[in-house]
Amino acid sequence: MNISRRQILILLPAAAVAWKSVLAGTPEASPNYNMTDHWWGMLIDIPKCIGCGNCVRACQTENDVPDGYFRTWVERYHVTDENMVSPEVISPDGGKEGFPVAAEDAGKYFFVPKMCNQCADSPCTQVCPVGATFVSPDGAVLVDQKYCLGCAYCVQACPYGCRYIHPEKRVADKCTLCYHRITKGLTTACCEACPTGARQLVDFKNPNDPIHEFLKTHSVQVLKPQMATGAKAYYYGLDGSVR
Amino acid sequence: MSVFKDAKHLFVFAGLFVLAFLVFLVVRHYVVPKSFGEYGHYRGAAIGEIAARPIKFAGHQTCETCHSDVLDVKSKGKHAHVNCEACHGALEKHADDPSAVTPVLPDTTVLCARCHTASAAKPKGFPQVVPADHSGGLACNTCHKPHSPEMDAGGAK
Repeated sequence: MNISRRQILILLPAAAVAWKSVLAGTPEASPNYNMTDHWWGMLIDIPKCIGCGNCVRACQTENDVPDGYFRTWVERYHVTDENMVSPEVISPDGGKEGFPVAAEDAGKYFFVPKMCNQCADSPCTQVCPVGATFVSPDGAVLVDQKYCLGCAYCVQACPYGCRYIHPEKRVADKCTLCYHRITKGLTTACCEACPTGARQLVDFKNPNDPIHEFLKTHSVQVLKPQMATGAKAYYYGLDGSVR
Repeated sequence: MSVFKDAKHLFVFAGLFVLAFLVFLVVRHYVVPKSFGEYGHYRGAAIGEIAARPIKFAGHQTCETCHSDVLDVKSKGKHAHVNCEACHGALEKHADDPSAVTPVLPDTTVLCARCHTASAAKPKGFPQVVPADHSGGLACNTCHKPHSPEMDAGGAK
């Protein structure tokens, strides 16, 4: 086959355009999902948490979180009679295998599950120099791992300590609010695995979401409200000593 | 036209500048991903890529489509609101192809203790026992049915 110079000049750009569209082709995961109809958050009901660690294990399974890193973890607070101001806080291996038995003694105990607060005005996305992390139109704080440089500015910026640099991928990693699940109509892995209903996915834009009734009738609080992060992890029964 | 006399070198530089700008525009067009800026200062296609990740937990709705018999038992008992995979683990692979992955029956002495071992740290209303005193090492399902754990005359199942 003889191809003239003119034909090559026409064919090369055409091939380049075709190849580009091949590279760009990303399968649409959930065709019936409309981002503008949702605004996601989480409700954490502290009096219901028993510190079993099911959420931590479920999250690590669902999202292939490496050992020793956590997208969600559970802390146990012990406010003693002697020191009501500075509680003792433990979180052995993120509470993954539960907590040591606490003997009956004075003071109060409670568990605080923690995770990305999915902030609407998130400090982490604002410091990213390359636009690799962002708040999606439906309110999930996500990381574009193909774009992330691994500079870890966002890890430092998060006031809640919810980000880490993935030890193998060398890019920022964090809770996605199980974005791959909630866009398919499922709840997050941590909510699915929680035996007591201490964690509930909330869609603030959906008035039929049963959690709206709870939010209307209970006082809820966010972590570090003074930081004005627009956190969307709402805590019910949050003690003032929680940092 | 005396103004432009001896100004050729300026035109050359101006021309180079315009050329460099055009090159910049062309390179930028190819380097910046198409979806960048679609929703904000980030690659819009990343949202779809993250949403396309595979799930591992099937979700209780999926389990219940086949295991409706268990749902009937469970929905009447104390564990009505405990989802299947909270105890049985992530089983999307089983839901996808039931013959490919057979779930392992959890060991109740370990499983139940995770939630129900007595500890002063747990909420007071939550049912708790000291396993050694309560059953003396017997497996919980000797007396309780895990799906509906109220003690019942029938004993184990």
